[in-house]
Amino acid sequence: MKKITLTVNGKKISVQAHPFARLLDVIREGLELTGTKEGCGEGECGACSVLLDGELVNSCLVPVLQANGKAILTVEGLSKKSLCPLQKSFMKCGGAQCGICTPGMLIASQALKKKKKRLSPKDIREGLAGNLCRCTGYSQIIESIQKSGGRT
Amino acid sequence: MRGYLPDYTFESANSLKKALSFCEAGAKPFAGGTDLMVLFEAGLLAPGKYLDISRLKELKGIKNSKTQVTLGALTTYSQIRNHLILTKQFPILGLASREVGALAIQNRGTIGGNIANASPAADFPPGLLVYDAKIQLISTKGIRTLDYNRFHLGYKKTELRQDELVLSVSLKPEFQKYHHFWRKVGNRRAQAISKTMMAGIAKTTKKTIQDIRIAFGSVGPTAARCYHVESFLKGKAINTQNIQEAKQLLSKDIHPIDDIRSTGKYRLRVSQNVLEEFLCGIG
Amino acid sequence: MSWVGKSALRKEGEKKLRGIAKYIDDISFEGMIYGTTVRSSTPRGILKKIEFLPGVNWDEFIKVTAQDIPGHNYVALIEKDQPFLAQEKINHPEEPVLLLAHANKHLLEKARKLVKLHVEPLPPVFNIEDSLSQKALVWGKNNIFKSYSIDRGDVETAFKKAFVIVEGTYETGAQEQLYIEPNGVLAIANPQEGVTVWGSMQCPYYVHKALLPLFDLPPDKVRVVQAETGGGFGGKEEYPSVICGHAALLAWKSGRPVKIIYDRMEDMVATTKRHPSKTKIKIGFDKSNKLIAMDIDFSIDGGAYATLSSVVLSRGTLHASGPYFCPNIKIRSRAVATNCPPHGAFRGFGAPQSIFALEKHLDLCAKKLNLDPAILRKSNLIKTGETLGCGQVIKEKVRISEVVERALQLSSYHKKRKLFLKHNSKGPLKKGIGLSVFMHGAGFTGSGETFLASIAAIRANEAGKLEVLTSNTEIGQGTNTIFSQMTADALKLDLKDIEVVQPDTSKVPNSGPTVASRTCMVVGKLVEQAAQDLKQKLISAQLLKEKYTRSEFLVACKRYRKEIGELKGISQYKAPPHVVWDEQKYQGDAYGAYAWAAYVAETTTDLRTFETVVDNFWAVQEVGKVINPTLARGQIIGGVAQGIGYALYEDVVWHEGKMVNNKMSNYIMPTTLDTPDIDVLFLELPYAFGGGGSKGIGELPLDGPAPAILNAMDFALDLELTQIPTTPERLMEKIERKTP
Repeated sequence: MKKITLTVNGKKISVQAHPFARLLDVIREGLELTGTKEGCGEGECGACSVLLDGELVNSCLVPVLQANGKAILTVEGLSKKSLCPLQKSFMKCGGAQCGICTPGMLIASQALKKKKKRLSPKDIREGLAGNLCRCTGYSQIIESIQKSGGRT
Repeated sequence: MRGYLPDYTFESANSLKKALSFCEAGAKPFAGGTDLMVLFEAGLLAPGKYLDISRLKELKGIKNSKTQVTLGALTTYSQIRNHLILTKQFPILGLASREVGALAIQNRGTIGGNIANASPAADFPPGLLVYDAKIQLISTKGIRTLDYNRFHLGYKKTELRQDELVLSVSLKPEFQKYHHFWRKVGNRRAQAISKTMMAGIAKTTKKTIQDIRIAFGSVGPTAARCYHVESFLKGKAINTQNIQEAKQLLSKDIHPIDDIRSTGKYRLRVSQNVLEEFLCGIG
Repeated sequence: MSWVGKSALRKEGEKKLRGIAKYIDDISFEGMIYGTTVRSSTPRGILKKIEFLPGVNWDEFIKVTAQDIPGHNYVALIEKDQPFLAQEKINHPEEPVLLLAHANKHLLEKARKLVKLHVEPLPPVFNIEDSLSQKALVWGKNNIFKSYSIDRGDVETAFKKAFVIVEGTYETGAQEQLYIEPNGVLAIANPQEGVTVWGSMQCPYYVHKALLPLFDLPPDKVRVVQAETGGGFGGKEEYPSVICGHAALLAWKSGRPVKIIYDRMEDMVATTKRHPSKTKIKIGFDKSNKLIAMDIDFSIDGGAYATLSSVVLSRGTLHASGPYFCPNIKIRSRAVATNCPPHGAFRGFGAPQSIFALEKHLDLCAKKLNLDPAILRKSNLIKTGETLGCGQVIKEKVRISEVVERALQLSSYHKKRKLFLKHNSKGPLKKGIGLSVFMHGAGFTGSGETFLASIAAIRANEAGKLEVLTSNTEIGQGTNTIFSQMTADALKLDLKDIEVVQPDTSKVPNSGPTVASRTCMVVGKLVEQAAQDLKQKLISAQLLKEKYTRSEFLVACKRYRKEIGELKGISQYKAPPHVVWDEQKYQGDAYGAYAWAAYVAETTTDLRTFETVVDNFWAVQEVGKVINPTLARGQIIGGVAQGIGYALYEDVVWHEGKMVNNKMSNYIMPTTLDTPDIDVLFLELPYAFGGGGSKGIGELPLDGPAPAILNAMDFALDLELTQIPTTPERLMEKIERKTP
């Protein structure tokens, strides 16, 4: 076991963890932030997406030691009191159905929006290609992002 | 998760020197984790000592000079696809990077890992092969440089010794006058494992091929150059007959097999068609 | 102000968007341990011995075998043939044999691999042909779970008179539901308190029904609670009963809460998939291209146990002759046993299989008749007053011709067919456009709803809200939202006055399973009636006038609770008077109402790689009243995307009865880059007996995409494709066989 220090959603936190433990498990079990989901465990579905020092990663593929000292954004960190524009837009456009891919979708969308101001549907489709959704067929997710305004 | 955590140790090396001594003592390097963590998840990663090399500055960065471009082993696909000069000089590397997994994988996966892990379906080797890359391997005993062409020895077998790390890959920017071609055929448009993929470069004058280099991945135990086809085409005119002959010859260079993702027959046929697409495009 | 017809925001949306909705793996209990399942790997045989290899301290583990079952060892559903744990006979390669539990889930996984099962193999069968020819007898007297016959008119005589007869054989593969949340449950069980399970599921009362005999407990000693559920699509209809039973057995033996979460590989390899099918069709036309005879032979592979195969077969059989009128119809169908894990419910439930065959075959017929496929279909569509194969006279108004017309217009179908013919004369990219026309019956088949006799209730609660009490689960499709809309309208209240109670068998009545596109249409109607019942109670108690305001209503509820007591409106299903079904003869009104649809797919196939991409897709349907346009559109688009996967990508690779590509990287569902923008258009024709005027919508969109896509490909490539998924490898073989 090793002491791991992370800045999670803006808050500095230390946890004891096996250095090879998956960041996903540390977030869900160690920090009890269960918004980040596991869909496949092999970096294929994107349900476990988080931002690691601002970059989109699959937290199921990151041993926690590699995140030591870094900043992590999970779905719980997207908004405080009221929903952020991205979340509001997902609500309005039908971007969430069963909700299990939604945290990862929101994080991947956030990463996209940070990189580029004006996103074409093609940019969005490429940017979300690592996040699988079985409910929506994606159209309403893409609309959610397009209609969420310039900033998040 | 099917791997058993206590079977693994994982340490971070804060200097290259320390990392190399760990490797010498039997630790296995671990970079972006996009291959190894998948094995771990499936319970297929060999238990033992793993070394986090992801923070080693010496293995990072893209260095450009007039005569040489050097990619540190920890260069990620995202860094490559976003690098303007590199993608201009070596378009295949940029195109291949864009098609690896999806963004989250591209942010983590490294060129060194892609090479060292030596999957037959790795996306980088065909491009490096046609660009005549060199690879630098480092150990406590020093650095050795190999033609990348000689690095892969067989299925999941490479020149890399247990005590060595991939330090970097270097390329000569001498392909401005070449036509560059990349085609990955996977099972979908993203998050795809390739069924066949081809990198090709060619220089032609007046419809005659001066120089040509072709490499395929996913159609043999390692990515490989297609010397039969290349030597046949050199000096030849680009015409239907030569293209058809080149396609036939390809079966001497690649030996695809059936697996759960595709069939050997499909892989061969599509590889031939992709080769044709390339040759038609350079004429 | 009416809520029905408006895009009310998803009721539980905010919880999901904040990541605070609690799915089963997000819930933990004090003292909880983890459970896992040891499965046979032999497809068929006799279990001789369970050996525990060294490597862990076996004394630390809770072990449960068939011998530990306190009640009866069968998964109650329709037949009693499937055991929770194999006692002696092994019938498929993922048969649960032993359960293990431990506080450390990683150690548990290590132990799972250290169990060696000694099984004496018996000859297995793995496909429909071998099962029918009884290469080995693996179930009952003849390997057949169920068979149906439909005979309408005189097919033999009609074929003799036919001007043209066209025959064909079609095959569909298994399909994995691939909900993004794998199966999981959590159980507490002991002889004093009974059994309680929480889980990701569609049908709490199915689980309840299965746990009663397993523990030999009375109904009030078993409680089943649905956790937030990350997708189902049929995949969480019947299998959760098995997992809940397993977790409960481990909890019973250990005395501790037990959680079982399947990882993706286990979920894919062991749980149910869509039934593979094979259909032979022979159709006869008269001189004016009218259908005069249809002979359909439909077989599905049910896997090792009966589970739901008989009802999947029934729906497939009843949809096999499509939305067309034909005076002479003969259908023979059967579900057969093989030594694969049982196949089960998946959105569409047998209909996508038989509709694929028919809609594919009609394009072949059009080719033989030298007729445009759209024109052939249009001249044979069923009209009000005509009779379907099952003997159901269509009494309601039908707008199917209009649906087809709109689909053709929106997609510029005729124009594009001309354009593409020209385009396809050169180059490796071949463009196609294809049509499928179909209908889907909502609710349980035949007398199913009458037998279910579902109950829904509305209760005025302490907090001054109206609670909707049903066992119908929110699994992403919008149950919470549409029930709120219907209740608000029925009582003339605001959406915020309505709460939909999370299904919990100790709190909600049995309103039946969340399947068969029945939630909105059938249960929605019950919810409205329960609301009316509640209102009548207020009026009878003279606390409310016929005309009232929202606040008068809420005050009346409060007064009723204070002065009289519990205020609850209840409603139980009664078949609408026009629905009469004879199960003995397998004839009559198979479904109360049908939704009607025409889908058009536009595709490009690259002849260099044999890859096909769906470029555009138009989905036009008449589904009764649309309750919530945003949610309804989401249902259609999502279903179409699954249909695209079914047609082109999603190939279950089998080896000895086992799925061998059981990973998300090897079983290919479409990503954002593999799906087009999908145009959705609803025509509305409110159905008097459906909630808010609705008909079913959930399953419909999976019926049409596969045949429309393959029809487009056939047009582009001048082929006669007959099998899905049409992977590039299969397409290449087909093309090379045609042009050697």
